[in-house]
Amino acid sequence: MDSSQLLGITTFTYLFASFLYIGALLFRSNRVGVFATWFTVAALVIQTVGIGLRWLESYQMGIGHAPLTNMYESVVFFAWTIVILYLAIEWKFKTRTIGAFALPLAFLAMAYGSFAPINKGISPLVPALQSNWLLAHVITCFVGYAAFAIAAALGIMYLIKSYFGKDSGNGDRSLLPPLKVLDDIIHKSIIFGFIWLSAGIITGAIWANSAWGTYWSWDPKETWSLITWFVYAITLHARYTRGISGKTIAWLSLIGLLAVVFTYYGVNFLLSGLHSYGSN
Amino acid sequence: MQKNNSLWQFFASVKLALVILCLIAITSIIGTVIPQKEAAEFYAANYGPRMAQFFSILDIPDMYNSWWFLALLFLLGFNLIICSIDRFPGVWKQVNADGLALTPERLQKMANRSSWTSPGSVDEVRAALLEKLQASGFKAGSRKDDQTTILFSQKGHWTRTGVYMVHASILVIFLGAIIGSLGGFKGSVMIPETQESSKVFLYDGKGVEELDFAVRNNKFRIDFYPNGMPKEYTSSLTVIEQGKEVLTKVIEVNDPLTYRGITFYQSSYDPYQDFVVVVTTPDGEEQTFIIPFQQQKAWTEKNLKFGVINAKVLGQSIVSSKLWFSDGNDSPATVWIDDGAEATIERQNGTYQVSAKQMYATGLQVAKDPGVWWVYIGCGLMLFGLYVAFFMSHRRIWLLLTPNGDQTEVLMTGSANKNRAGFERTFENLGELLKGNENQA
Ligand code: HEM
Repeated sequence: MDSSQLLGITTFTYLFASFLYIGALLFRSNRVGVFATWFTVAALVIQTVGIGLRWLESYQMGIGHAPLTNMYESVVFFAWTIVILYLAIEWKFKTRTIGAFALPLAFLAMAYGSFAPINKGISPLVPALQSNWLLAHVITCFVGYAAFAIAAALGIMYLIKSYFGKDSGNGDRSLLPPLKVLDDIIHKSIIFGFIWLSAGIITGAIWANSAWGTYWSWDPKETWSLITWFVYAITLHARYTRGISGKTIAWLSLIGLLAVVFTYYGVNFLLSGLHSYGSN
Repeated sequence: MQKNNSLWQFFASVKLALVILCLIAITSIIGTVIPQKEAAEFYAANYGPRMAQFFSILDIPDMYNSWWFLALLFLLGFNLIICSIDRFPGVWKQVNADGLALTPERLQKMANRSSWTSPGSVDEVRAALLEKLQASGFKAGSRKDDQTTILFSQKGHWTRTGVYMVHASILVIFLGAIIGSLGGFKGSVMIPETQESSKVFLYDGKGVEELDFAVRNNKFRIDFYPNGMPKEYTSSLTVIEQGKEVLTKVIEVNDPLTYRGITFYQSSYDPYQDFVVVVTTPDGEEQTFIIPFQQQKAWTEKNLKFGVINAKVLGQSIVSSKLWFSDGNDSPATVWIDDGAEATIERQNGTYQVSAKQMYATGLQVAKDPGVWWVYIGCGLMLFGLYVAFFMSHRRIWLLLTPNGDQTEVLMTGSANKNRAGFERTFENLGELLKGNENQA
C-alpha cells in the first residue's frame, strides 16, 4: 500500500459516503444515516493514513516536507478539512442532512485531484517554498476555505428550502433543518472561516516578507484572497445591518465560495503571478 | 462636529462601510486582470491607443497606487474612525456599567433565573456566595438596601471591545503601510563574488539609494537536488562600514541579513564565464584570482601559472572544472575539482591547496520598511480581536438575597451578550455550585 493508492481509494469512499448521506436524507432513514457517519469516519481515517504516508514517503525520497506544497496535495488537504469540519458540525448540531451537501464537496475536491491533469508526484521544494510560514499559510488558508465550502453547502440548502417550502413549522416532516438553524450554522461557519482566512492572509504576508521583503505586493493571488476576505467581511456586516435577510446571506456564502475557488484555482490557470508555481 | 449632524451620521453608518467594502472588492479585480506596471507601449499594443489613454487617465497601469484607489482605502479608514467614535462610548459605558444599580424588578425579568432557599442569615449567605463567585473567576460586589441585598458579579466585561480591536487593527495596519511607504525603500543590487557595493537600485525608476555601508559578496553557492532542481541558494555577505568589517552572515532564501534596518534578501543570481580560483602556497600564503574560462593567470611573485581548461556543466551551472597548474619546475599538473571544493597539488617544493568554482553574482533584493512592525502588531491585534469578538462574551450574574425567618431566599439571574446557549449551561452549573455548597455549609 502506498499513499497514492490510499488517496485514490478515498475518492471513491467519499463518493459512496455522499450517496449514503443523500439516501439517508431522501428516505429519512436513521440507520442509513448512522452507517453514513461511521463510513465517513472510516474514510477519513484512510485519508489521514494516506496523507501521513505521503509525508513519510517524501522523507524516504530525501526531500522531506509536509504534503501541502502543490495543487494536488492542497486539494487533498482541502477535502480532509471539509470532512473533519463536517463531522464536527454533525456532532455539535446533531443533524446529518448537511452531510448530503458537504460530502459531495469533499468528493469533488478529491475527484479533481485524482483525475485532473495535474502533477500528483512528490516533488522537491524550490528554495522560496522552504519555510514554516508557508506551511502555516497553507494550513490556515485551507481550514478557512473548508469552512467556507461548508457555509456554501448550507447556503444551497437554505436557498432550496426557502424556494420550495415556506418554513412551515412542521420541522419533523421537512427534509431540511429549519431556516433559522441553517442561518445560524452558516453564520458560525463563516465566522470560523473568516478567522482562519485572516490568519492565512497574515501568515502569507509574513512569509512574503521573509522571502522578498514585501509583505504585500498586490499580485493576483494576494488580491483575490483579499477580495474573498472582503466578501466575508461584507457578509458579517450585512448580517449586523438589520433588514438583510437570511436569503441574501445564503447568496453571499455562495459568492464567497466562488471567490475562494477563483483565488485557489482560477488565478493559477487564468491569471499570472508569483503563485503560479502552485499550478504544477 | 455634532453627533446628530447628518454628515456625521453618513460617515458613521455601517451601510457606507458595506458600499466602500464592495467598491474596494470589485475594483481590486481590475488589477488582477489587466497586467500592472507595464510600459505604456504594452497597453497601447494590447488594448488599443484609445483604451490605453483611458487607462492612463485612471491610473489603471498602477491602480493599487492610484489616487482613486487610495482614496477608497482612506475613506474606509475614515468611516471606521467615525463609526468607532460614534459607538465606542456606548460600549465603554456597558463595559463599566454598575450591575448593582439594577432594581430588583429588572432582575426578576431576566431570561436566566433560578431560585432556592439557604439556611443562615443574609450576611452569612452573602459572604459564602461572594467567596464561591470569586473562586469561579467572577469579580463580585454587593449592595445592601433596607429590604434586599444584591450581589453582582461578572466575567469578561472587557470582551465587549473585541470588535473595536479588530477595527483598530485595520487602522494600525494602514498606519504601518503609510510609515513604510514614506520612510522606506525597495530595490535590488547584483554583486559579483569578491566585490562590494553600497548602492541600491530602487524599483519603479526611483533612482539609486546610496547606503552608509557596503556589502561584500564573499561567496555564492547553489545546491541541487539529485534531479537537478535547485535546492538552495546561499550568499556569504560581509557588511563593511568605514572600511571595517562589522558583520558576516550566510543568507539564503527565507533567511535574510538585516543591518541598520536595511534587509538583504537572496533573490536571484547570475552565472559568469569566469572562475574564482583560490591558491594557497606551501608557506601558507593565500590569494584569490578571477580567471576567465581557458585563459592563463599568473601569480608572478610565486612564479605560478594556472587556468581552467575544461568544465562539466549541468544546466547553466558548472559542477566541476579542470585546473591546469604550473610552478615552473615540474611539468604542469591538471586536476578536476568539484565546484567549490579544494584539491591538493604536490610539487617538488611542497603542497599547494587550490580551489576553483564558477563565479556568480548574487542578486539581492534590498528593503527598508520601518512600518513593518506596525503591520505585524496590527495583524496580531486583528487575530486577537477576532477571537475576542466571536468566542468570548460578557457574562453577568446577579443574586438577590431576601431574609425569610432564619433562612435566606436566593434569586439568581444572569445574562450574556453572546453565545446565549453556552451561557445557559454555565449558568446552570454555577447555580448548582452556589446552591449545592450552600446546603452543605
Ligand atoms: C475591512 C474592514 C472591516 C473588517 C475586517 C471588520 C470586521 C468586523 C467584524 C469581524 C465584526 C464583528 C461582526 C459580528 O459580530 O458578526 C464587525 C462588526 C462591526 N463593524 Fe466592522 N469591519 C470592517 C470595517 C468596518 C467599517 C468601515 C465600519 C464602519 C462603519 C464597520 C462597522 C462595524 C460595526 C458597527 C460592527 C458591529 C459592532 C457591534 O456588534 O457592536 N466595520 N466588523
